[in-house]
Amino acid sequence: MRLGVVVFPGSNCDRDCVHVLRHVLGRDVVELWHGDPAIEGVDAVVLPGGFAYGDYLRAGAVAATSPIMPAVRAFAASGGPVLGICNGFQVLLEAGMLPGAMLRNHVLKFQCKPVHIRVESTRTPFTHGLREGQVLRMPIAHGEGNYFAPDPLLATIQESEQVAFRYCDAHGRVVSEANPNGSLNNIAGVCSPQGNVLGLMPHPERASEEVLGSTDGRMLFESLVAWLESRRAVVVG
Amino acid sequence: MATVRIIVTLKPGILDAAGQAVQQGLHALGYEAVTNVRIGRYLEVTLPDGLSPQETNEMCERFLANPLIEEWRFDVSPPRTPRVSRGSGGEARGTKPEARDIH
Repeated sequence: MRLGVVVFPGSNCDRDCVHVLRHVLGRDVVELWHGDPAIEGVDAVVLPGGFAYGDYLRAGAVAATSPIMPAVRAFAASGGPVLGICNGFQVLLEAGMLPGAMLRNHVLKFQCKPVHIRVESTRTPFTHGLREGQVLRMPIAHGEGNYFAPDPLLATIQESEQVAFRYCDAHGRVVSEANPNGSLNNIAGVCSPQGNVLGLMPHPERASEEVLGSTDGRMLFESLVAWLESRRAVVVG
Repeated sequence: MATVRIIVTLKPGILDAAGQAVQQGLHALGYEAVTNVRIGRYLEVTLPDGLSPQETNEMCERFLANPLIEEWRFDVSPPRTPRVSRGSGGEARGTKPEARDIH
């Protein structure tokens, strides 16, 4: 099993992701340079947080045109698991691989703090090891995390169970006080119609070790590894 | 040679948090009558043989704007010579643009 972490110019959470996957989970990890048009030999792709291309034009917009993105799109189209964290989520939105768009936070502030999110769907490789309604605690760090989708699109996303996470309080209640950025219906993460592409604003890689105050984020990566292993078992068997 | 000038703004009704912050600043400076401040982006794209409105529109739709949240408008003009702003409101700035063929 080999996991790939894409490195864009301006990514700044790429090494955190590599560290967690390689040293905490003990997996084989390869860094994928954005200028490389191929991603052969990986079983999953992570688009990390940061400010790819300085967030010029719009967050994630220029990164979405990177040479590597057609390969990431093809990998996703073939069912490969793709995870976008924070800026990686914004890249997936701009690339049209996930529905919706990001606006600036409604509070006019860069939000950098721990939040709670509730698992809304376990149909993604990254959440299938969790349980619906489970509350996770991990940090956010963004200025443009105000998730938006026009009404018809929002209805489609919700009806087709593409909402993966919502901001909630410590008890799992989805209330406006727990919404850090103005996201529609407290949406913190969405997945593709097939479920194999997931984007979320909170940083699971920053909540994967006891020393960081929470290990809840590690469950997403462990879920991915278990999902990949179960598929391998089926193929071999 | 032609320059396409493109203005991208958030659609009406979409929250413009930055615009609201600027409005607060204007109010703080005494311009209290100011309402509905909206911030957008201005782009200039120069092409040797010009660009059809359809191609320009496609460029905006695919990349320069996000059609889910933004709208755009554009016009075509000959390239302008850079002007120096003197920063004093009453003075005429730069020179008049030369009349040239518009492609």
